[in-house]
Amino acid sequence: MSTPAIELTGATKRFRTPSGALHTAVRDLDLTVAQGEFVAVVGPTGCGKSTTLTLVSGLEEPTEGEVRVYGEPVRGIDPQVGFVFQQDAVFPWRTVLSNVMAGPRFRGVPAAEAKERARDWLGRVGLAAFEDRYPHQLSGGMRKRVALAQTFVNDPAILLMDEPFSALDVQTRALMSDQLLELWAGTSSSENAASVVFVTHDLDEAIALADRVVVMTAGPATVKEIFTVDLPRPRTVEAVRLEPRFVELYREIWASLGEEVRITRERGAGRAA
Amino acid sequence: MPLETASETAASETAATAAGKPPAAGTRTEARERAARNRKLTVYAARVGVLVAFLGLWEVGARTEVVDPFNFSQPSRIWDQIWQWVTHGTAQGSLGEQIGYTLYEALSGWVIGVVCGVLLGIALGRIRFLAEVFGPYIKVLNAIPRIVLAPIFLIWFGLGPASKVASAVVLVFFPVFFNAFQGAREVDRNLVANARILGADNRRVTLQVVIPAATTWIFTSLHVSFGFALIGAIVGEYIGATKGLGLLVAAAQGTFNAAGVYAAMTILAVVALVTEGLLTLAEKKLFRWKPADAGDGR
Repeated sequence: MSTPAIELTGATKRFRTPSGALHTAVRDLDLTVAQGEFVAVVGPTGCGKSTTLTLVSGLEEPTEGEVRVYGEPVRGIDPQVGFVFQQDAVFPWRTVLSNVMAGPRFRGVPAAEAKERARDWLGRVGLAAFEDRYPHQLSGGMRKRVALAQTFVNDPAILLMDEPFSALDVQTRALMSDQLLELWAGTSSSENAASVVFVTHDLDEAIALADRVVVMTAGPATVKEIFTVDLPRPRTVEAVRLEPRFVELYREIWASLGEEVRITRERGAGRAA
Repeated sequence: MPLETASETAASETAATAAGKPPAAGTRTEARERAARNRKLTVYAARVGVLVAFLGLWEVGARTEVVDPFNFSQPSRIWDQIWQWVTHGTAQGSLGEQIGYTLYEALSGWVIGVVCGVLLGIALGRIRFLAEVFGPYIKVLNAIPRIVLAPIFLIWFGLGPASKVASAVVLVFFPVFFNAFQGAREVDRNLVANARILGADNRRVTLQVVIPAATTWIFTSLHVSFGFALIGAIVGEYIGATKGLGLLVAAAQGTFNAAGVYAAMTILAVVALVTEGLLTLAEKKLFRWKPADAGDGR
């Protein structure tokens, strides 16, 4: 087997909270993602899933342990990494086209070529007719598609997604999931398929999209269990949900995840009391 | 009043539609549009009415000596004074020249203050070390009532425009600085993270994310600070100058010419309103990316 795309070994991240206390977000986390693999990470709210992604992206450094991307320890932001954020992170003062061009332009691609690549990706996400609009003129789903195009235009070998569709309504979310699978399949036809880490709190979404589902413990987060999703590809989200194997997996994984959710909820109740 | 008659005719038209036959399809939207237009006209008419009533009362009060015309002057005298300045010039030279001097001082002070404020605000907002070192000093300087610096500037830079420019600069700098600083500090962290992931280095993050994001903050301060620049220039001129509107005020006051003081004030108000309008225009051009309804208070 070749070097894994992502390797976290004993990664721990502690933050100093504004009150001065130390908060451990991630504790002793071991996780390996193979090249071209789609891994979904589920866990209770606020358990440190997002922190795991920031460690891989290089936005944050682990307090202890090591994070490697293609065998190299992460030092700062890796140009092979793409990141889709939970909130809107497109630049509101740039047009749609200019937003998608931003990545290549930041990386020194000449304007004409950047424009061509951006137009290509806008076409793929179905926004070719909207390139002159500003983000505030688009719907939430369209803005998310701009964000996807903005990320994919950089040809990331590693795609980190932090609950990217959680702010969308249910129908739009299903459409976006299908679109994401399509875009990802597009990258896997080339020799360097993108590896995806997809953080979500929605177990349906996780099973429908991923090759493996990682269940995190209640915070501080560490890996509790990993499930392999043996549903055939290509998948469409609405269809795969109806398969008996999907329901079976859902039940299995929920048994593991539900316990952590309960622990988190009890803690929250205890804090509130 | 032409405005009032216009609104009256419009009002009678709506009355006619309302009283007449049941409106056909489509006339309802028309009626609604007309009602909205009427409302606008009524507002304008009322505004003009308030002004006319105020000036009228003042004029009548002054003529009947209810208010002392020597201290409080009266609108007709103020108008005569303005007209005399326009046609015959002031004791210091033509009126245009005075306005030109004041505007020149205010504008140069404003530009220098804004540029310094924005540059330093962004720099301190982005570089924590600088903010920690200079933060207390800026707070101390800000605590000084800066208008008292005007006499010092007069001593340093003399009677010419330089001393007025300097007092405008110190008045403009602080609000712009604090807004730019705040703007640079409060940039959405997601936007910065996204730009960095997309491949932007620190310089690009500052130029292409922090500055555009902070422009909203900066622009709100530009409006206020142009007013401050005018204040700086006027106060400077008032204390000691050879030209300018502030000098007109001082000279009129020195000869107990109340109408002159009010006339200069009126001219100043017009100048301030015109520049304010120009700024709003520039702002609209610059913020095309913003939703139209946000931030429009009027």
